[in-house]
Formats: sequence, structure tokens, C-alpha cells
Amino acid sequence: MKSIKIGSGAGYSDDRLEPALDIIRHGSVDYIVFECLAERTIAIAQQRKMKNSDKGYDSLLEYRMEQVLPLCVENKVKVVTNMGAANPEAAAKMIKQIAENQGLHNLKIAAVTGDDVFSEIGRYQDKTLLENNKQIQDLGASIVSANAYIGAKGIVQALEAGADIVITGRAADPSLFLAPMIFEFGWSFEDADLLGKGTIGGHLMECGAQITGGYFADPGYKDVPELWNVGFPIMEVDEKGEYQISKLEDAGGLVSLATVKEQLLYEIHDPANYLTPDVIADFTNVQVEEVANDVVKVFGGSGKSKTGLLKTSIGYKEGYIAEAEVSYGGAGAVARAQLAKTIIEKRLAAQNIEAIEMRYDFIGLNSLYGNALASTQEAPEARLRVAARTDDELIAKAIVREVESLYTNGPAGGGGIRSNIKEIVSIGSILIPEADTDINVSYWEVI
Amino acid sequence: MKLREIAHSRTGDKGNISNISLIAFKEEDYEVIKEKVTEAIVKEWFKDIVQGEVVRYELPNLNAFNFVMYGALGGGVTKSLTQDMHGKSLSSKLLDLEI
Repeated sequence: MKSIKIGSGAGYSDDRLEPALDIIRHGSVDYIVFECLAERTIAIAQQRKMKNSDKGYDSLLEYRMEQVLPLCVENKVKVVTNMGAANPEAAAKMIKQIAENQGLHNLKIAAVTGDDVFSEIGRYQDKTLLENNKQIQDLGASIVSANAYIGAKGIVQALEAGADIVITGRAADPSLFLAPMIFEFGWSFEDADLLGKGTIGGHLMECGAQITGGYFADPGYKDVPELWNVGFPIMEVDEKGEYQISKLEDAGGLVSLATVKEQLLYEIHDPANYLTPDVIADFTNVQVEEVANDVVKVFGGSGKSKTGLLKTSIGYKEGYIAEAEVSYGGAGAVARAQLAKTIIEKRLAAQNIEAIEMRYDFIGLNSLYGNALASTQEAPEARLRVAARTDDELIAKAIVREVESLYTNGPAGGGGIRSNIKEIVSIGSILIPEADTDINVSYWEVI
Repeated sequence: MKLREIAHSRTGDKGNISNISLIAFKEEDYEVIKEKVTEAIVKEWFKDIVQGEVVRYELPNLNAFNFVMYGALGGGVTKSLTQDMHGKSLSSKLLDLEI
């Protein structure tokens, strides 16, 4: 039975590169997939593209490709990635340039486009965001991006045309892994069962080290060997859609039933209906079995026909977040932090400085779980955190200044003040018919 | 006994929705968790954090549950004023639950 090996090269945009290079060198993989696009990343990339039409792809693209390309050529490994972000074509051109500078030959680079529906936003004025019922037309000029989650089709088309490197924008994360399976095994786009199985595999792989011991270790309860050297996962998948997840033997971390189950349920809602552009995957019959040390077999998933609707991320500006923190220590630390909070509240009120939303936390006491779950009112040190959301950057600055001025105008011994103000780019979703997107693949060849 | 002794957990985020998996280390503890860690218990435990409903999905094939908590991330990851805007730390607190 035919099988292929796919390695994970990244689980998010700023992920570590060394484990990916190790897999290309020593993993005997056929493909390496770099998943680098969070919901919000593409909206930010779109803003970079607006400033410079040659940009808008992943900001680590050059850093990664300079090291990945020669190794992939040497080891005959194909690359699939969504590092194109808001500008896959510019990314493909950049990759071609890097390859030529390195004296590489015989490389075909494909850029998949069609996810970007920003220019069509006028068609969706009446739609409301699924998350908060805000109407598109009310968001008006605050909208900075609109990207549909596209599926495996464009990537498969690129692979059929002989592409060695396929770069997309907002393709769904699992589709990056599903596409090589469809291409290599000749799966039908109508075979929901196989597409479901492959999608579940892609879902397991898409977050890099999160299935090999990252985001997992809890000393004494869930120990992970050599986590500092954690490797990324490798999947060996066969034409029936069954697979084994493993890692390089020399890499740190572990692949166990526990790591696989945690990742299986990561960021899913209804396990019977995991919606992607390709299929509705069903996790309810998935079985996991440890077949060797650090090798887990996964089988039994299934799928139903896709909805035909694409989740489309709308990025829009939504004001500013101001954050500022100050620490108090020693006896009475918490009381002084609380006094500092009262001072800030009164000073802001006295100047009529009002934010849309404000929040005060005492880090170490209640910042993660609120007062109901706070365990103590005394601590060796306490850090007051002031956070505010506002439409007006001047208000954000005024709030930050009030915290900074606690040095000379606040309780005794306040130190370590840090602050920042950032512009909010929020993400909301609408559903659009798949037919509204026009998937296109373009090619760049390095001769 | 704390839940931590018999189960492990991971949090994920989508917009303003947090999901927490709860996975029994041993098969025999699945039923214990099913009985003790209900939607109502989890909603009450995270009452300062979760504004909306809590829905529990059962996955006996994995000895696991998936808790989907609506309105749990301070308005959504991008605009949340919370220290941990993704809610990554929620799983550890769920395991602190006394059962």
C-alpha cells in the first residue's frame, strides 16, 4: 500500500526553525508543511501589503527559505506553506530570487490565490459577523482585510503541475496537509470519508510541537523528556487515510496517547462536525493506539460532504489597547498595589478620562482567573496591571502616563513599570458561497 | 481529590469561545468525570470568566470530554483586556477542581 511522509515545519508564524531543518535532513519526509497563519496574522499582513505592494507575506519568509531551500533540494522534499499570507505571488517571487541567489536549479514555485475577497467586500454589506452581529456596512472603512478560508484544491492543482514549493494565503490549516494526500493517492474531492480522515491528520499536525510534547509538560504529572530540544511531528499516512504520528528519534519531546488526544481536541467545538472548506470531519470514532515508543497510530475518523460555504475572516480596526504595569514588594505589597489602583481610578475620573472598557488585575493574585478563584490576599510581591480599550489614541496615552507617574506620585516602592499601546485589529467571520472565490495558481520557475 | 490526579487538559481559542479538553488518564475514570464534571459545575467554576453557556461533548472513544465555553475570552482574543487573552491558562485551573 502506498504511503507518504509529511513533516511539520511550523505551527505558527514565529515558530522555531531548527526542528524543521532537522526533519528535512533526517526525517526521510516527502513533504514539509509550514503553517504560519493565525486568524489575525493575515489582517496585519494585509496592512503591510497596503504600505508596500511587494510585501504582505510572512515576515520570516526569507529567514526560513534561505535555510530550507537548499536542504529541500538536497533531500528531495516538497514544501507546502501558507506563508504567502496577504501576498502569495510576492512570496513566490521572493523564493525564486532566494533560490537563484543560492545557485539552485530546477525548482518550480507555485502561488495559490483566490482567498482574498477584500475587493468584493461591497457584495457582503448586508452580512453580519457571526461573533457579534456587527453589520459589514457599519464597519465601513475600518475593514482592512477579507480572506476566505480556501481548501486543498489550489494546492493539489499546483502539485499536479509539478510544483516543488506551494505557497498560499488563507488556506485552511488542515488543507495544507490534506492536499499532498489527495495528490499522491488520487483521492476524489467527493470522497468525504477519506477527506475527513486526512483533515483530522492535518489538524493533528498543524500546530507543530503541540503534539510532540509542547504545550503539554506538567512536572510530576506529565513529564516530557528533553523538552528544550522538542522536535516537530512527522506523519506517515497511507492511501486508506490511516496514519502514524512520530518524531525524530534524536529529538526531544514525546508522542503519546495523551499528547495526541490533547491535540486532537485542540480548538475544536462539536467533534462530530469540524467544518473545513474541504469536508465536515467527524472525530467521534477516532481511535488512537501506541504502536511503538513515540509512535501513535490514528484511525477511524470519518467525514461528511462539505457545506459549500467558506468561513471568511474580516479584519477591522477597533481602537487601541493600553496596558501598563507596576510592581510592589515586601510587607504590605498587596495593599500598596490596591492603593495604586484607587489612585489611578480617581485621577482618571478627575480628568474625565474615560475608556470604553477598563480592567485592573493584580498579577500573582487574580489576573488569570478573577476574584472567585483567587487564592490569597497576601503575597510576597504584587503587580498591578491596568488595561484599557479606547477609540482614541490620546486617551490610551493619558492612561499609560497615569500609571508611569506612580513612580513619583504613588505608593512607596513601586517599580518596574512597563507599558505599551497597540492598535486593535479584530477579526470577525462571515460565510460566503465557495463559488464567490476564484482559485488561481501561478508559477515561477528556477531553471 | 483534585481533578488533576485523574485527568489532563488543554485549552484552545476561537474568537470569544474557549474550548477545554478534559481527558482521563485511565479508562475507568471516564465515568467518574462524566458524573462529577458537568456543564453546570464548569460554568460555576469559571463564573468570573465565562459569560455565556458551557456545552460538554462526550468522546468515550478517547476517554475524553470537550467543554466549549461561550463568551469566555473577554470579548475575543484581539480586543480582550485580559492578561491571558487566549485563555491558555484555563485548562490548569479546571484541573484544580476538587471532585
